[in-house]
Amino acid sequence: MRTLEQTTQEVLDLASQHFNVPAGSLAPEDDFFKKLGIDSLQTLEMLSRLENHFGIELPDYEVQGVSDFRTLASRIQSRL
Amino acid sequence: MKSFTGKALRWEWRDGVIELVLDREPANEIGTDMLAELERFVAAFPALIPETAACIISSNRKHGFSAGADLRELYHRAAPLSEKERLAGVRSFIERVHDAFNAIDSAPFTTIAAVHGVCFGGGFELALTCDIIVADKMARFAFPELRLGLIPGFGGIPRLKRDLGNAFVRDLLLTGRSVNATRAQAVGLVAQLASEGEALRNTRATAAQILKFDCVTRAAAKKFIKPIPHEELRREIELFCELFTRPAVMAALKKFVESTNAMPYLP
Repeated sequence: MRTLEQTTQEVLDLASQHFNVPAGSLAPEDDFFKKLGIDSLQTLEMLSRLENHFGIELPDYEVQGVSDFRTLASRIQSRL
Repeated sequence: MKSFTGKALRWEWRDGVIELVLDREPANEIGTDMLAELERFVAAFPALIPETAACIISSNRKHGFSAGADLRELYHRAAPLSEKERLAGVRSFIERVHDAFNAIDSAPFTTIAAVHGVCFGGGFELALTCDIIVADKMARFAFPELRLGLIPGFGGIPRLKRDLGNAFVRDLLLTGRSVNATRAQAVGLVAQLASEGEALRNTRATAAQILKFDCVTRAAAKKFIKPIPHEELRREIELFCELFTRPAVMAALKKFVESTNAMPYLP
């Protein structure tokens, strides 16, 4: 079982790979909309990427209002 | 005519297979241009049917197959009208969509949707007219219409019910959540799962297999296994129109159109 810290790090790594930003440039408390400049369609791409990676389903309503990586990771953690 | 290039889509017939490519900025929203060109496409069926085994529907837009109905156009066309005119306009549009989608659904050749990215609302309903859905593993499916105070109006519920158990249909419809391609395959919505970027290639391979079969048998098998749910489709139009007249719907459309929310496509 992953710890929340491990899950958060994997989320950060996936986001940096998917949006092609340097590894280590993203932090758990970052607002991913502002930091990555992404829109809703790109958010859905990220959601698919995360679901495929962690082998979970993360309903959209679970991520509504979530904008930082740490909270996103905690939502994922609750479904692992 | 063996090919067509319009403002919102293009298609080409080659060696027994039609490839219809949706290609309208930003995400293949289905509005009057797309509908007019789909109508033009189905009007070509009588000439194409005798020499067509399969039809592939795909998207050339990066973000996906289709984000659904063009809600901005719908709002801007409806807003200046009286309630009576608004209802007549939306009914006419919905009935035209149903006619075109029913023609695709009942075509005697085999239809395959190659889906990647978002496949939402009306776009999902278009994919559901197809006999087979091949989905990229990054594809997502959703019926987000309830957030607008509406139900899917392009035939989605009857077609989804035709294929799947009611529990999953209710989950999709009543929560408006999106599901990924793996889940969609697990419930039987997606026939084939493709690795990232490979849906169209896999779809073409499937079409090549279909070409091997006798056309009469192929059409008979399809007609036997895939009846058109006409009665439910008719009831869906009536319910959609009934809901559309409520002020809450125009208010929700206005909110969507004017939204600066970074997540307007999230249900």
